[in-house]
Amino acid sequence: MAEIKNYTMNFGPQHPAAHGVLRLVLELDGEVIERADPHIGLLHRATEKLAEHKTYLQSVPYMDRLDYVSMMVNEHAYVMAIEKMAGIQVPLRAQYIRVMFDEITRILNHLLWLGASGIDLGAMTMFFYTFREREDLFDVYEAVSGARMHAAYYRPGGVYRDLPDTMPQYQPNKIRSAADVKRMNENRQGSVLDFLEDFTNRFPGYVDEYETLLTDNRIWKQRTVGIGVVTPERAMAMGFTGPMLRGSGVVWDLRKKQPYEVYDRIDFDIPVGVEGDCYDRYLVRVEEMRQSNRIIKQCIEWLRKNPGPVIADSVKFAPPKREAMKQNMEELIHHFKLFTEGFQVPAGEAYAAVEHPKGEFGIYLVSDGANKPYRMKIRAPGFPHLAGLDEMARGHMIADVVAIIGTQDIVFGEIDR
Amino acid sequence: MTMATDLNILSSNLTEAFADKVVSLEEKLGELTMVVKAADLLGVLTRLRNDAEFSFEELIDVCGIDYSTYGSESSEDGKYLADIERSGPRFAAVYHLLSITHNIRLRLRVFAEDDGMPMLDSAIPVWPSANWYEREAFDLYGIIFVGHPDLRRLLTDYGFVGNPFRKDFPLSGTVEMRYDAAQQRVVYEPVSIEPREITPRSLREENFGRH
Repeated sequence: MAEIKNYTMNFGPQHPAAHGVLRLVLELDGEVIERADPHIGLLHRATEKLAEHKTYLQSVPYMDRLDYVSMMVNEHAYVMAIEKMAGIQVPLRAQYIRVMFDEITRILNHLLWLGASGIDLGAMTMFFYTFREREDLFDVYEAVSGARMHAAYYRPGGVYRDLPDTMPQYQPNKIRSAADVKRMNENRQGSVLDFLEDFTNRFPGYVDEYETLLTDNRIWKQRTVGIGVVTPERAMAMGFTGPMLRGSGVVWDLRKKQPYEVYDRIDFDIPVGVEGDCYDRYLVRVEEMRQSNRIIKQCIEWLRKNPGPVIADSVKFAPPKREAMKQNMEELIHHFKLFTEGFQVPAGEAYAAVEHPKGEFGIYLVSDGANKPYRMKIRAPGFPHLAGLDEMARGHMIADVVAIIGTQDIVFGEIDR
Repeated sequence: MTMATDLNILSSNLTEAFADKVVSLEEKLGELTMVVKAADLLGVLTRLRNDAEFSFEELIDVCGIDYSTYGSESSEDGKYLADIERSGPRFAAVYHLLSITHNIRLRLRVFAEDDGMPMLDSAIPVWPSANWYEREAFDLYGIIFVGHPDLRRLLTDYGFVGNPFRKDFPLSGTVEMRYDAAQQRVVYEPVSIEPREITPRSLREENFGRH
């Protein structure tokens, strides 16, 4: 009789469904997964070590590059940890702006996830649909920060600047006629908030379009229903958070349970799954996009009515006003010290966590009273999720591994750090 | 019930349950930090997970720390190691726990007693999620987790030498890699760049600049 041996297959790191640089060593019995061993670290940049050698302010842009599809939420946890240790009070308007951009970022993240995992499972069209909407949201990022992705917009004490009154306009060129440009600029005539409000009015219709394509789609359901089932007990034991935990039916969302900023003043719901399979996690994320849209609407309404400062009035942590800096010696010195030496954070330690689109994103800071962190640990939500891949994939077919990687919403910027 | 009273209840429960094992227990910035001895670690973690009054179902994070230059002015090159008087062990692991039932967090710090060969018990029997966190701390700090079934490097390159997050490991690393056209393969060589410090570390006395 022939000797039957398991087959070991290498998946990635260069594979379109590996979502970046995942190398997966799969032990197979025929087409069934016996063991999955993810090899990570191909994108390891030692962000935590780099942060130990930079002043607190210089590390803000590093945060964007962790989970590079939910940039501002990463910054949020980082500035919250600094604010907690330094005792900085954030103005209310800045808190609303942050919540609004957190939710914009959540939609951005879920749109990319929906498009990418759609492609993974053969729903090519999703990608084109979701990237259409991402474009509008990137324009909002660009309007407030100047950067379409790596914004560095949140600062300890608030945000870099207030929302601008104008939106950038398209300009006519060789391939775009003046008439086209006029049509494209129609919803860009007012402020950023006007543009965003127009988006929030259109967006629920777009989500309906996505759902038409996927929710009752026979192929989509065959690929996701009953795949990668996680019980609530196992989800907690494996350290899952966010949609991965809620998909298994655990009611847990930091925005509700441990509210930060102004989430306790805002009306929204938390979708929870039942079966804990890929399909439930898909439904949870789609509903989260609708809820984020609701939150953005409420923030727009509040922000329209309540002008005010957007960064703490604290000479030691926030830069002085430009005009004051040009006229007064004291402010000039503060400005100079803040951007050269930086500020010292009192000795101690703090952990600040936010409800990131992927789960709980936390920053653990240890300070010895210097102008640089002594130790910064990034608690990335994707890290325990990917560690749970082995358990989730066992007994499934090779093609299901792709569905499971997709449902985990893997992004290597945060996992490898 | 507010967060502060929750922490007070948890604090008194911890004192009661681990009276002989708690090295220190303090509340700061609304967070509770407990320090236990390495020998008691696994027992304490197991009870924190299983006892109804604690119910820490989730291990959120395990973080290795090298305390060797804590409070020191200079930081580059590893020069500082001899400069400062250090009391207490060099390496610690910090566990962040979350109870979903009670909606409360706890931080647990454990120092590894031997600086040369830091060893701690693995938390995998309590939370399977400890697996990769411990591999990471092993990789970056060289902390050995006893009882870990598969303690391999996680984040660094295959064949990497050293523990890159230790304070005496230079930021620029020790080797650089290039393609050698003559040998037609990738070669590793000692780094050619000098470590440099752009903004020096500076410490200020307590409450500096607070009016």
